[in-house]
Amino acid sequence: MSFISGVGLTAFGRHEGRSTLDLMSEAAEAALSDAGLKRRDIDGLLTGYSTTMPHLMLATVFAEHFGILPSYAHAIQVGGATGLAMAMLAHELVEAGVAKTILVVAGENRLTGQARDSAMSTLAQVGHPDYEVPLGPTIPAYYGLLASRYMHDYGLTKEDMAEFAVLMRQHAMLHPGAQFRDPITVAEVLASREISSPLKLLDCCPVSDGGAAFIISRAPVSDHHVRVLGCGQAHLHQHVTAARSLSDVGAAVAMERARKKAGVDPRAIKYAGIYDSFTITLAILIEELGLAPRGGSAARVRNGDFGINGALPLNTHGGLLSYGHCGCGGAMAHLVETQLQMTGRAGVRQVRDASLALLHGDGGVMSSHISMFLERVR
Amino acid sequence: MSEVAELKGWTDGADAIVYQSCDACRYIWYFHRAFCPSCGDASPQTHRASGRGTVYAATVVRRAATPETKAHVPYAILLVDLAEGFRIMAHGNADLNLGDSIAIEFRPFAGLRTPYAVRAV
Repeated sequence: MSFISGVGLTAFGRHEGRSTLDLMSEAAEAALSDAGLKRRDIDGLLTGYSTTMPHLMLATVFAEHFGILPSYAHAIQVGGATGLAMAMLAHELVEAGVAKTILVVAGENRLTGQARDSAMSTLAQVGHPDYEVPLGPTIPAYYGLLASRYMHDYGLTKEDMAEFAVLMRQHAMLHPGAQFRDPITVAEVLASREISSPLKLLDCCPVSDGGAAFIISRAPVSDHHVRVLGCGQAHLHQHVTAARSLSDVGAAVAMERARKKAGVDPRAIKYAGIYDSFTITLAILIEELGLAPRGGSAARVRNGDFGINGALPLNTHGGLLSYGHCGCGGAMAHLVETQLQMTGRAGVRQVRDASLALLHGDGGVMSSHISMFLERVR
Repeated sequence: MSEVAELKGWTDGADAIVYQSCDACRYIWYFHRAFCPSCGDASPQTHRASGRGTVYAATVVRRAATPETKAHVPYAILLVDLAEGFRIMAHGNADLNLGDSIAIEFRPFAGLRTPYAVRAV
């Protein structure tokens, strides 16, 4: 058994002059404070990676910098899935008795710490170094390929994808920490400049500075009783060229593994935090996870189902698309928001009932998948 | 080494697509390896592909990230299913649609000669 006992999240966007360690420290301090813990209470530490601060031993670097002496610590790398992979690992470590109170933290000055082209080039390296990268694909190009096939197979339209950008922006407008808070319309998404067809600028998440952290503990250490019920992973390919399918990419496999651990009916979930690096990412994941029929996710957006007052509120902080994406911390913001919703602390964004939640993240080009079910205890 | 095993593809500077197959399990794949990724057999066969295929997915890149690739913008990137039963990434004409029959040529791109799909005649 493990609990998400504290959460910390910085604003995402521009943090001029602040380093990876600065942003990690700010988020970690906030998570500790939220859990009512001191540095000496932490016996486990998991970190991700930072493209602006590549290091062989980021966890130990952070432990020394922040001032903790964990009995278990290391970094892991699963691309965009790293945040949820760390949460899953912390859960498994706590269940195995390896540590009692684990700090999971990530942060990066991905926006201001490097040139935009440099960030794009680094990220494109998830492609195959010999067979893909020499052709000049960008991350939006990989997802543009996915989108073209998904539209062909399931009738998804550009308008459908734009609905997700608008929804995420509506949510971000209610969060003071979000990178983008100006309202947008479907027409504006469609009119934004094309990055890699069919994806427009507003179909793509931004590059951000930011940090996120949480405390995962064996027992609740505060009034926040959010329990991890079960997690699952799937890794069916790395490169889009080698993917067996562009619509059954492993999300459903990961969720089924998590479901077996959690012993819950996925149809009973009240809240969803789903990875949304692009609008197409969100559409494919929602549909593969069975939260909407194939080609039918946008209809649920139009029906208001994924809104704050809807049947299944989704990414109420604004997601990667509008809250922002700082690397490993990006998807951790989904988990932070979920914990706030489950503990009734989401303020103006508070949903009626977030007692059972599903989180799902992917890394690479729909390559690595992590699903996690959370429940509010009491 | 047999003559067949020395076949070179575009990643080694030749104007060709090469792929591998496994006599033990009949698996066919594109990314070169010294073993079969399906069954582990250590004697994969290397072949030269016909270059005939069908467009599976397509995107046109309008925002590139390096000086070398920016010079080519806009450029189409495709996933192409080749007749021999494996998938490649290639450039191609921007007016190609999914399902179109294509033939692979090789054209200069950012310092290399890379696969380029044109409509099959």
